[in-house]
Amino acid sequence: MSLFTPSDYQAMALSARVAVTATVIAIPFGFAAAYLLVFSPVRGKRVLDGVINLPLVLPPVVVGYLLLLTFGGRGWLGSWLARWHIQVVFTWWAAVLASMVIGFPLLVRSIRLGMEGIDERLLQASRTLGAPWYDTLFSIIVPLSGRAVLAGATLMFARSLGEFGATIIFAGNIPGVTQTIPLAIYNYINVPGGDRMALSLCFVSIVLSFAVLMLNEGVVRRFGRRRSRS
Amino acid sequence: MRLRIALQKRFEGFDLEADFSTSSARLGIFGPSGSGKSTLVGLLAGLEEPDAGLIELDGEPLYCSKRRISVPSEKRRISVVFQHAHLFPHMSARRNLLYGYRRTPAAARRIDPADLVGVLELEPLLGRDVTTLSGGERQRVALGRAVLASPRLLLMDEPLSALDEGLKYQIIPYLRAVFERFGIPLVFISHSMNEMRLMSDEVIVLRRGRVAARTTPEELARSSMGRSRAGYTNLLKASEPQAGDGAFLYRWGQNRLITSDGGTTPEALFELSSREIMLFKRHPEAISARNLFGCRIVELFDLDGRVGVELECGGERLVVQVVKEAATELGLQPGGEVHAAIKASSLRKVY
Repeated sequence: MSLFTPSDYQAMALSARVAVTATVIAIPFGFAAAYLLVFSPVRGKRVLDGVINLPLVLPPVVVGYLLLLTFGGRGWLGSWLARWHIQVVFTWWAAVLASMVIGFPLLVRSIRLGMEGIDERLLQASRTLGAPWYDTLFSIIVPLSGRAVLAGATLMFARSLGEFGATIIFAGNIPGVTQTIPLAIYNYINVPGGDRMALSLCFVSIVLSFAVLMLNEGVVRRFGRRRSRS
Repeated sequence: MRLRIALQKRFEGFDLEADFSTSSARLGIFGPSGSGKSTLVGLLAGLEEPDAGLIELDGEPLYCSKRRISVPSEKRRISVVFQHAHLFPHMSARRNLLYGYRRTPAAARRIDPADLVGVLELEPLLGRDVTTLSGGERQRVALGRAVLASPRLLLMDEPLSALDEGLKYQIIPYLRAVFERFGIPLVFISHSMNEMRLMSDEVIVLRRGRVAARTTPEELARSSMGRSRAGYTNLLKASEPQAGDGAFLYRWGQNRLITSDGGTTPEALFELSSREIMLFKRHPEAISARNLFGCRIVELFDLDGRVGVELECGGERLVVQVVKEAATELGLQPGGEVHAAIKASSLRKVY
């Protein structure tokens, strides 16, 4: 007898798929946002910083609801996408978007810390040696913040695995489509006799999150060692 | 090289107003910390924007507020050697060296990497992780990296001040070798008088953001000799070392110089304070000092109550300082003859 039902396995696979997709798509944006915050001379950095960090302090349900309003049939982005017959709400892409918005601040914070640790003189040296800004970006900043990106990505991945509030509002709780592990646990708790199954999934969740945290720790430590040597 | 600078830059509590032009291939910028030296480096290299003014290198404007010209840093072809090497930590020494070279258009490359590696003796370091290099090695790689970009001007912003006293002067022969071999004009920024004398032909003295004087390193050293506790530092270039009994024998001009500190390198530089030289009117019969030179007095000059004496000995110059009474007693006059005695242990080897 298998411990989990097919829909449980679907939930696990979907959780992984959503978290990986959200993280991979978010990395370039996170990098760009951190770059803007650290290196660009633009004004209004504080406002940008605030907007990026808002999902960290807002209740996820609020974020989910705002996403629903934006991407819904009557939302400005939703109605625009509808013209191309694209529907986001209640699809697994909605779960990806919810995870991206919620996890983004964690990603940006981590990359930003890494970038702030780069000695400005290195960038100046690179410029005086003939490298335009984009060359400096790819030859100096990207390699030197690589570990910070990795650390941020694992954090965001872990946060995505646990995403519940925004997902249930924006993507719904459809088994096999948008039902990730947390949503499946929620379902089991609400049906009589589902406690054991809920607990099993909790265990899966704990193992996954712990593994990701360990990985993150390891990456950050190696990063720290490298920095202190240089 | 022709460099014309007329710049204004305001900061909170400090403003820089530098105006000078030079055609010296080795320009020194001298001043205490906070005098604006490093700001000037940033402005020249294009790392900071002046408020107004003009920078012209060999007739080409790099910055001109009137004509709204500001050539970006990466297009100026002015390399900087910073106080700390600032090597790229994720690259090997070789990749660091070639960073600027690879970004220099082939037509503008004037320096052969193999040649430079030879001059700076970098061969054993090439494959190394730069985080494992010593301070002196890092600075040599940084110097090589800057030179390989074939710059029109090399800015050295206190390149030696972060190094240990002993290491500091080991770098100088490399700096000089690079200058002699590749002929890149340089601007050398430092607060060290000795470095100025070793690395520049003309000195701009900065004080509180203004050009306080334009002079030669020699005049600069003499003008501050009366105020300095060590007096004037004579720099003696010696060659052809021979190890003797507990001492070294060098050739210094037409003289033989005995030193207690020495080595096997064919050329050496010794420091000797103007206060550690004794003058005798006649040849003493026997003294413990190992060096005794017959000298001709070239010039006497006043030093806040003391007397500075410039001597010519066997084709070389020495500056000595004595108290006024001694000068009278010895009857020191330009053109007169004296004997100068120097203890072998007073000569401190610089490199």
